[in-house]
Amino acid sequence: MSRSAYETVKLARSNRRPTGLDFIRGVFTDFFELHGDRRYGDDAAVAGGLAELEGRHVTVIAIEKGHNLRERMLRSFGAPQPEGYRKALRLMKQAEKFHRPVICLIDTSGAYCGIGAEERGQGQAIAENLMEMMTLQTPVISLLIGEGGSGGALALAAADRVWMLENAVYSVISPEGCASILWKDPKRASEAAEQLKLTARDALAGGMIERIIPEEGLGKAEFYESLRQAFSAELAELLALDTPALLEARYQRFRRIGKDRKA
Amino acid sequence: MPFPKFLFQPKNELEQGGRSAAPVQSDEREPEKTCPNCHQAIPLSRLWASLNVCPCGYHFRMGVRARLRYLADKDSFSELFGDVVSGDPLGFPGYADKLETTRTSSREEEAVLCGTASILGQPCCLFLMEPYFMMGSMGTAVGERITRLFEYALERRLSVVGFTVSGGARMQEGLYSLMQMAKTSGAVKRHADAGLFYLTVLTDPTTGGVTASFAMEGDIILAEPGATVGFAGARVIEQTTRKALPKGFQTAEFLLEHGFVDAIVPRSEQRALIARLLRMHTWEGGKSV
Repeated sequence: MSRSAYETVKLARSNRRPTGLDFIRGVFTDFFELHGDRRYGDDAAVAGGLAELEGRHVTVIAIEKGHNLRERMLRSFGAPQPEGYRKALRLMKQAEKFHRPVICLIDTSGAYCGIGAEERGQGQAIAENLMEMMTLQTPVISLLIGEGGSGGALALAAADRVWMLENAVYSVISPEGCASILWKDPKRASEAAEQLKLTARDALAGGMIERIIPEEGLGKAEFYESLRQAFSAELAELLALDTPALLEARYQRFRRIGKDRKA
Repeated sequence: MPFPKFLFQPKNELEQGGRSAAPVQSDEREPEKTCPNCHQAIPLSRLWASLNVCPCGYHFRMGVRARLRYLADKDSFSELFGDVVSGDPLGFPGYADKLETTRTSSREEEAVLCGTASILGQPCCLFLMEPYFMMGSMGTAVGERITRLFEYALERRLSVVGFTVSGGARMQEGLYSLMQMAKTSGAVKRHADAGLFYLTVLTDPTTGGVTASFAMEGDIILAEPGATVGFAGARVIEQTTRKALPKGFQTAEFLLEHGFVDAIVPRSEQRALIARLLRMHTWEGGKSV
């Protein structure tokens, strides 16, 4: 475990890692994809729908990067547009209505950066997701499977449990962005990655996540099988809580971060 | 001791605007400021007398103390949570020093000022973000102060009025900063679910993690003329997409056109309008306040 933070970033970005849809196919059964935000369009960077997890119906939402260049371009390299966040919210509200738990699989360098995204309210879309997820009356588990890029990742991670794969990263800004803003030198990204404390172990130590999923056998049947069991056991625990207790715990989960600052 | 003397020289409008009794300089060499819009030089005394707005309508940035003076009724403001300040949770290189020098130069402890106030007699909770404190970036202290303000307002059934200015999440605090987006949103939601009123005024610039959280969560969202408001930075968008940005991209007027703000309100009209909107929400849903 002597890998540097920046090596972990590169690993998290690797196009050889399984993508969101690979996880959906591996972990869940009977997946039926639902499309569109019912407001403007259908963002291919976010895939979601109904699925079954060990006999329980769930809503599953994934940020999908795609495998080859063609797919990746189609899916904006996993950078969601406002429509992607609005589709995710639509599916979450639907899950709430039908008392289905929600599982989010996150892998994005960040929300899509473009003219159209700004015109259609990228900031507003993320803000609305955060607000609505904080009181969504059904359990939500979010798993970061690769990159957890800032607000674009958090918009699907205002959850009851947030887990990370061993080599996933979660950061407020990309190491390159941080280095170019602070030191005007994107080549110092490796240094920035170290300072940003963006690895799963750092996030666990800081209390931002509850669990690290080991990557042994990543993408193989046994790997998905153990993840399936982990989700299933956690959902059983969360579903045993009554809604006010669930929401209070979710509120406190974020409330305590940065609560005790020196005076 | 030349160094402290250098530090305590006024460096920005906040400090200068913070001295209400400052004598207006009468000699012809009075300092001036050039307006980036009309390129005219305006004497500072004239600028301060017009709420930092150029005769052409350009709104200069404004520090929290100066804003408080035109917004809140005299002596009505009472600061809350002033003891909440950011630590350095990551031990980020240079951050502790940066905080110290910023505190000295801005004379503020953090990038947001919270409290209770009345505006033309209407009581409310108020938060004002500080452009002269690391461009209003949101670290744990900003998140915590705003969260506490919404909890305070919820307990006392008060409306919240917030002026936003921010470059986004404060990267020197890493994920601790990012989590403040969810934390503040949770507090805003609880306040909203209790039927209470939240008004935001977006001022220049409101971007990044603040746009993607509490700035865009108001029941009514106002903006100052010409303010830059967006999620991603314009330069980043230009570099990423290699497309020329449309004229007026990410201005308050652009957001109004695209349906993301309710109205653009010049500084001179804000006080009366905010008081009017607060009054209109005093008996919201038939609940007594």
